[in-house]
Amino acid sequence: MIEVDHLTKKYGDLMAVNDISFKVQKGEILGFLGPNGAGKTTTMRMLTGYLPPSEGTARVAGFDVFDEPLKVKAQIGYLPENAPLYGHMTVKNYLLFMAGIKGVRKKRERISQVDLVLEKCRLGDVQKRLIANLSKGYKQRVGIAQALVHDPAILILDEPTIGLDPNQIIQVRNMIKGLKDNHTIILSTHILPEVSLTCDRIIVIDRGRLVAVDTPAGLSRRFQGSERVYLEARGPADKLLAKLKAQAGVVNVEPCEAGYLVESQLKSDIRPQLAAAIVNNGWELLEIRSIKMSLEEIFRQLTTTEEAAGKQEVVH
Amino acid sequence: MRNIWILFKKELNAYFVSPVAYVMFVVFLILAGYFFFSLTAAFNLQSMHYMRYQGLASNMNVNEMVIRPLFYNISIILLLMVPLFTMRMYAEEKKAGTLEVLLTSPLSNLQLMLGKFLGALALYMIMLGFTLIYPLVLSMYGNPDWGPIASGYVGLVLMGAAFISVGSLCSSFTENQIVAAVISFGVLLFLWVISWASNFVGPKLGELFSYISIIEHFDDFAKGIMDTKDIVFYLSFIVFNLFLTNESLELK
Repeated sequence: MIEVDHLTKKYGDLMAVNDISFKVQKGEILGFLGPNGAGKTTTMRMLTGYLPPSEGTARVAGFDVFDEPLKVKAQIGYLPENAPLYGHMTVKNYLLFMAGIKGVRKKRERISQVDLVLEKCRLGDVQKRLIANLSKGYKQRVGIAQALVHDPAILILDEPTIGLDPNQIIQVRNMIKGLKDNHTIILSTHILPEVSLTCDRIIVIDRGRLVAVDTPAGLSRRFQGSERVYLEARGPADKLLAKLKAQAGVVNVEPCEAGYLVESQLKSDIRPQLAAAIVNNGWELLEIRSIKMSLEEIFRQLTTTEEAAGKQEVVH
Repeated sequence: MRNIWILFKKELNAYFVSPVAYVMFVVFLILAGYFFFSLTAAFNLQSMHYMRYQGLASNMNVNEMVIRPLFYNISIILLLMVPLFTMRMYAEEKKAGTLEVLLTSPLSNLQLMLGKFLGALALYMIMLGFTLIYPLVLSMYGNPDWGPIASGYVGLVLMGAAFISVGSLCSSFTENQIVAAVISFGVLLFLWVISWASNFVGPKLGELFSYISIIEHFDDFAKGIMDTKDIVFYLSFIVFNLFLTNESLELK
């Protein structure tokens, strides 16, 4: 659905986006993850045809973004950052206007399309109110409704949940998940749980460069340096610790909370072995589970090791 | 075409949902009305004066003494007011971020520019339409010649459209409306007075200066002459400014 090839955007000497390539399949939700100023918005603006790239190409739904911008724009529903809207219009009139300029030709079709998105985004009860008087959460939903109004194949949402309270975030998130069946979605965020909850795949961008592309689970797997198991058992503490350390494949054992954190070599599941060792010694095994690296940790690792690498380069 | 129409309606509506249109109409009509009143009063005084000497009064011409000066007065009010209602055209939408929404919709820049331009032009023509009451009043008590009045209005519409095209260009440069207004006022005033220098800069340059002077071309219209060269000047001036607006929208 979307193919991005060596996309680059320079502002003078500043590389806002540096040689990014990726593909998005139909029906996928792709998350752009990165700290503020990483180049997420710039990349999205290039995809929507708002900004011309310095180098590289992007194809959306088979059309080149820069050769056939109008065809591409007709396929995309775009919610820019902070959901810019016309405050002096009512919700319904605004959506009718947007449906019009997005090429919904017949009046009857425009009305039915607007009614549909009003219902989808649960805006029915505010449809006659002025946008200026709506709360942030409603405005954000009007922004999403606007992106949806011409039933585009692709939705590009820039920080759809920014500035919302937790309840509103959950509402918007569920809404986005509900849209997955009919649309290919790209969304950007710097809130980590959000991507792991909504996205099929994640692209991590840092200072204009693409640092990783994977599924949330794949990212955890890839960036976990070692397997970690949390274990809680009742028995003589020193003997227990010695026994755990003596197991084949175990790299390190640390006391953690009420039990131990056992690190072992990658791609080995040592849980049965640990369980057997404890039970065979007549001790009581209370809890044993493997610990996945959280996305937060991966994110920090990705975006800070990068920095460390950069510093090293300077030193050398 | 339909896209232009939708944008046109939105633009025109934006002036009327805010106080902009109403305040502008009121101030414009008070000023224009005052000019009309003082010109008519002066005409009246002079004709009473001439009445004493038989024959002289028949030489007085309401077109030349009231309507033509009124057109010039109105054009000066326009010079001051047009930048104030064109300043929002792009600057406001840039600041609010809504321009990004428009530019990522399946619209061509031409449609966007024409929609906005025609919206502002329509507002201007509505405002100008109110002044038609002045020649109507004159025709109730006198016998003005409608030909020069018609050509004067054609001239005012063309000149106003040229002002709006400058305003639209200046508004596309910036997201600050004040900056847009100041630049467009400066450009318009400069184009207004540039012909003054035409006597000092040599014949070639002088001719150019008086040609690009935005008011020189209005003279003929005010006198009742519709010359293709003036019409072509205004139309090409407008097209040139819209072309530059397009270029300015492409730069981001």
